Amino acid sequence: MIIRGEDIIIKTISRVLVPFIQLYALYVIMHGHYSPGGGFQGGVILGASMVLLFITHGYAEVNRKFSENIAVLFSSIGVLIYSGIGFLCLLLLGNYLDYSKLYKILSVDPAHARSLGILGVEIGVGFAVMAVMFSIFFDISTGGVSPDDEEEAE
Amino acid sequence: MTIPFDLIIQIFVIICAIAAITVRDLLSAVMILGAYSFFMCLMWAQMGAVDVAFTEASVSAGIGTILFIAALMKTTRRTKD
Repeated sequence: MIIRGEDIIIKTISRVLVPFIQLYALYVIMHGHYSPGGGFQGGVILGASMVLLFITHGYAEVNRKFSENIAVLFSSIGVLIYSGIGFLCLLLLGNYLDYSKLYKILSVDPAHARSLGILGVEIGVGFAVMAVMFSIFFDISTGGVSPDDEEEAE
Repeated sequence: MTIPFDLIIQIFVIICAIAAITVRDLLSAVMILGAYSFFMCLMWAQMGAVDVAFTEASVSAGIGTILFIAALMKTTRRTKD
């Protein structure tokens, strides 16, 4: 079980570092369709920043900001964005994930619509991977039992 | 005579792989596995697969090491055998 530490150097440096890690993760997601990176890698980096906050600030503080229920909700929202864009292309008389058909509702040319469609899918993948990576770490470190339940049992 | 870059990386990968399975301390084994992942990442980048190198660095060396350490907190640090 990871509890709240009292080392001020580690806590301060991690608090300063986490926003920059998250900014870099958003950069990786946003530039994923024409440079190395993408939704999966950016989502993993975003999840790693949450894990860094969990390690340095303890369970109670992270649970207040980003609890396990919100993680489950975010992973479902990510899958919904991905499949929603896919089915939207089906409704516009294209194949599944055929982004070029999105030009009918985005009012841009088909090549630009393809780029925007891939960006939307990357954002959905990033959401899902971030939430699932955090959820896996949450489950391994707490053993599937949240400290609130343990306190109630005692 | 210059030694090729990929040969140096290959030697480091093999050293890290052998050290990770022979070391007695489990935390050291996890850390050496992280170093192994970084050398593999350098190897992918040297072969031109930048996207695979990025995934190796973020997933295997980043989150994978963290998950191993979280699992280590549930068990003992020393091996019994």
